Amino acid sequence: MKLLKAGTRAKCAVCDTEVMVVRASTTEVELTCGGVEMIGMTDAKAPGLHNAAAAGQNGLVGKRYVNAADAVELLCTKAGKGALAVNGEALSVKQTKALPSSD
Amino acid sequence: MNLVMALEMAAECHPQRIAVSSDGLHLTYSDLLTAARAGAEVIRDANVKYVGVLDINSPAVPIALFAAAYAGIPYVPMNYRLTKVELEALLGRITPGLLITDAPVIAPLQVPAGIKVMMREEFQRLALSFTPEAMAAAGEPHDTAIQLFTSGTTGKPKAAVLRHQNLMSYILGTVEFASAAEEDAMLISVPPYHIAGISAVLSSTYAGRRMVQLPNFDAATWLQLCRDERITNAFLVPTMLSRIVDHLEQYGGGARAPALRAIAYGGGKMPLTVIEQAMKHLPGVDFTNAYGLTETSSTICLLGPDDHRSGFESQDPLVRRRLASVGKPVPTVEIQVRGDTGEVLGPGQAGEIFVRGEQVAGEYLEQGSLLDSEGWFPTRDRGSVDEFGYVYLEGRADDVIVRGGENISPGEIEDVLLAHPAVSDVAVVAVPDRDWGEAVGAVIVLKDNAEASEAELRDWVKARLRSSRVPTAIRYVDQLPYNEMGKVLRRVLKQQFAEMAS
Repeated sequence: MKLLKAGTRAKCAVCDTEVMVVRASTTEVELTCGGVEMIGMTDAKAPGLHNAAAAGQNGLVGKRYVNAADAVELLCTKAGKGALAVNGEALSVKQTKALPSSD
Repeated sequence: MNLVMALEMAAECHPQRIAVSSDGLHLTYSDLLTAARAGAEVIRDANVKYVGVLDINSPAVPIALFAAAYAGIPYVPMNYRLTKVELEALLGRITPGLLITDAPVIAPLQVPAGIKVMMREEFQRLALSFTPEAMAAAGEPHDTAIQLFTSGTTGKPKAAVLRHQNLMSYILGTVEFASAAEEDAMLISVPPYHIAGISAVLSSTYAGRRMVQLPNFDAATWLQLCRDERITNAFLVPTMLSRIVDHLEQYGGGARAPALRAIAYGGGKMPLTVIEQAMKHLPGVDFTNAYGLTETSSTICLLGPDDHRSGFESQDPLVRRRLASVGKPVPTVEIQVRGDTGEVLGPGQAGEIFVRGEQVAGEYLEQGSLLDSEGWFPTRDRGSVDEFGYVYLEGRADDVIVRGGENISPGEIEDVLLAHPAVSDVAVVAVPDRDWGEAVGAVIVLKDNAEASEAELRDWVKARLRSSRVPTAIRYVDQLPYNEMGKVLRRVLKQQFAEMAS
């Protein structure tokens, strides 16, 4: 369990997935990729396997992921092979409205 | 949250795509990432607290922007068109600093102690000469990414502070990652020291769009580059679009730029006649009006292509009027209009525009944050929001004419005078008045071979607006004084009226 902070980056201990926290809840949460808790960017990887039971979509670079309550939002900064979840709840892709290019 | 994240993602996703094209040199996103990291080492070796750029657009500009972000110190692009005295004063405010510049700009200056000068070619050569190990950006999301000196049209330039989290919030909120197609290309003709020049680099990078740089704008070269480089997107300030339209009117034959798909404009008030002519000459192009400020990390309101088309084609005055609007707030910001005593005003009521959102920095180095306790920033722009949510600007709050206690926006009088068939350009400013404190002064540029007497212009305004809006003083000039970004220098006009009166 960790207290997430907007702007913080995290990586999967197993696969290539990397995320940045866009919006964080005020309580501690468990952030997982493929069912395995994500780690800090400078932490050592723990080669192994994702938890096979973890459901959801794999992180795609540039997509944003939110939980149902819209309290936690992550930006996938590097694609990988695991599905993102918060406290065991699978995150879904946030639908954004396309804006015309302004600069 | 650091600006380099946009570059790292782009380089990871499409490393071989061209990021920057300038004068025959092409850098891929992978090259740009490597150069930014190498540039960060150059900056660290200089042991400074600022990276200044005093130069026109070149590949050194995006390299230095991202390199400074990696090194964790503010990037400060400066206006090379300022006077020697002004530039020396600004340089004195960024010591100890590394200044990336060019010989003709720096040669006349007495460089203050604490500024290390490095020529653009040298910085670019060093940044492209080696491949450093992968590095993580230094610092925190709250650190200053960019410091921009305001144009200082009303006094000593202020240093606007933009933090990584402000700029990245803007990018994440308005740009879809990797949304550009392989063949997309953005023509950047705004200078590096303008907020639009900075957001063009960040947005293009995050979208994965090729940036083509045009260091010195003129209409013919801009059009030629559009054809040669198959430009799909461009950003222009109103003066630039106006010159392009003039060029097309004068030479005929159309733009002949079939790849051009979208033009965004902002940075000043767009005359209705210019946008209408531009839409006529460039029928296949999507126009977007982007309203923003330096202090808000660029765009806060957008009028999109559909509203442009319906405004252009419609006979309904309510819909037509939208062409003069700056559109609706982007999804990540909120807008409020407040009256003189701070009360929130309803639809159609004019007051000062306030804005709130994570991209809103609203902060100067000297004064600190100008946000109120609830995060609202006073833009100093006057305007209103209609019942459909469209935002209309009337001009700067500082330009309001206070006539006997009544607030008069120059914008509405200028719009009316511009609609007169003989008038080609106009600026309305406050003039000293014995009875009213201030009164309305109009400076008029007539069209070639056209005439309109003072009495005729007064009658024209009187027939359309309240009598308090009728200009007391009218002057005719050959052209209005503009700064290089196309802003009318009202201060100069006010001074001239005051001198005439005394």
